[in-house]
Amino acid sequence: MESILVLTHADDTGSALSKASLEAVTAGIDLAARLSALLTIGIIAADAATAASSLPSSGARLLAVSGEAFAQARYASDAAAAEALCRAASATIVLAPGSSRFTRIMAGVAHRLSGFIDTHITGLSGTENVEASRWFYRQRIEAVLSRSARPWFLLLDAGTHAAFADEAGTAQVETITVELPALRTTVSGFRAPTLGAQTIRPDAKLLFVAGAGWTKKQPDGQAHVAEAGDLILGFLHATSASLGSSKSLVDQGGEGNSVLPFLTHLNQIGQTGATPRHAKGLSTCCHGEEPHVVGWRFIGSRRAISLDPNCGWTRGKADVVYVADAFPVMAKLNALLEAAKT
Amino acid sequence: MANILHIVVCAGIVPDPLQTLEPVTTPAGPGLKNEMVLPAVLDPWAASALYEAAALAAKNPGSKLWLVSLGPKAKLQQVMMTVAQKVAFELVPIDGPIGGFPDAHSTAAVLAETIAALPGLDHEKLLLFGGWESATRGAGVTLQLVGERLGITDQFQGVDQITFSDDGSFEVLERVEGGKHQVSVCAGAPAVLGWATGNLAEPRNNPQVGMANMRTIMPALAKAKVAKLDANGLSYLSVSLPKQQRTTRVVKDMTPDQIAAELVEWIGAE
Repeated sequence: MESILVLTHADDTGSALSKASLEAVTAGIDLAARLSALLTIGIIAADAATAASSLPSSGARLLAVSGEAFAQARYASDAAAAEALCRAASATIVLAPGSSRFTRIMAGVAHRLSGFIDTHITGLSGTENVEASRWFYRQRIEAVLSRSARPWFLLLDAGTHAAFADEAGTAQVETITVELPALRTTVSGFRAPTLGAQTIRPDAKLLFVAGAGWTKKQPDGQAHVAEAGDLILGFLHATSASLGSSKSLVDQGGEGNSVLPFLTHLNQIGQTGATPRHAKGLSTCCHGEEPHVVGWRFIGSRRAISLDPNCGWTRGKADVVYVADAFPVMAKLNALLEAAKT
Repeated sequence: MANILHIVVCAGIVPDPLQTLEPVTTPAGPGLKNEMVLPAVLDPWAASALYEAAALAAKNPGSKLWLVSLGPKAKLQQVMMTVAQKVAFELVPIDGPIGGFPDAHSTAAVLAETIAALPGLDHEKLLLFGGWESATRGAGVTLQLVGERLGITDQFQGVDQITFSDDGSFEVLERVEGGKHQVSVCAGAPAVLGWATGNLAEPRNNPQVGMANMRTIMPALAKAKVAKLDANGLSYLSVSLPKQQRTTRVVKDMTPDQIAAELVEWIGAE
């Protein structure tokens, strides 16, 4: 009989579980029901008891590691905490969110427990055995895999399950003591890569992608980079969309300075960038080459504005391609969106 | 004051991203059609790690840089003809399978064993670099596993920048959710750093660097040890290309006003 442990961690407040963690809880409950398995939920947080208040009716045994040392994400402390929870739960299958905090440590934890790990899991199926879906070659090949070895750690991609929702209440939590190693790393906080607006919004419904065409010479023989920046930021302001970019655009600046100052490699979508999940995506001034479009794998409805009628988007990669100059289209679009707001 | 560093970069080779990939079944498990003849490149994020490592070594005289790469010897040689012209390094090749389907734990075991046996490597000066994910398996676990096997418990993933202080400590910027960086200060080597894009552009080809590198690369390739990778209970139930192919409506005859109006409707629709 399998024994499932769902590892979770707190969000930035330190006293509530992160959304990705609650998604993993849903996956754990589903899988435990399907396999008739025991379910344990492990919590890593500065204030784990409060964080556990979102799980009173999960039906799972709750284990927690709590304390100031776990307020911040750090390999040595987080790996020790996760290892202690895994040992306490004696789980054969460990599910965890594929957050930056857990992707940093979970392979190491699996190794400490003589286990094995697979990451970026997008689906779990099977009733007799666990079958996990994931992508290879940067979202170009999909595979379903299984493992006979235990413990088996599975890191779930964000957005693949609904977040577990429960009435807040008091949950019975068993506290696990962790012996911390010497800590040589101090986390001092977070830094936004650019001044001004936060342009990456993982929860936005719409992804807006800017390509290198925005910086090319226009019909008057001049590049209009400042105007392009205003149009892009105006659209983001009007729609609260998340901003992505092609590699060629962010690479233009070189040495960390983009030609569009609010763009960095963090905005990059594709083979060497992000693969975000949004319901819709609008591409502008981008050719839609395969290394970029692999980053659109989890974008639902896709539209593109491109001057090139033979660009990659027209070859089955977008639902609609407008063969047009993005400058006047975006200017008009922004005006319509602003007018609709007032 | 310079810090003497021993930087080991783990980097695989991957099919050129512009190539069409088609999965096939081989006696050893899933693979790619014509895998051995597909043009290959150094894994992009690992290449960022290599360039950052070279820049760091150059800033800290007395430092050493090794490039440890596992792949078929012939493909490694082909890729090194290009990579060797970028920056100076000592290649440590391991002759093994290519691709994203072999188990990461086995790969990590071979890499860790090789690194631990590097002549002259000082563990207390070791910075283990690599890409935070590969362009093949994309699991982001191999480097971490190598670090654990080498007993390194200061690990960072999605690194875009490190800045050294005179006392040997360094500040790290790691990518986290929401387009932000987590800022940490580590007391110093040994540490594992899985690089994202970093801030450096790809170095220009330098034939002199290339010639110097190739003098050691060719003998190293000739002596490359052969590695076999265990499956560790991993089995593939299916491997396939995504079937989704959209029917694209190409609109050539609408004015900007008409396009904007249609987009407003699309954006507002649930």
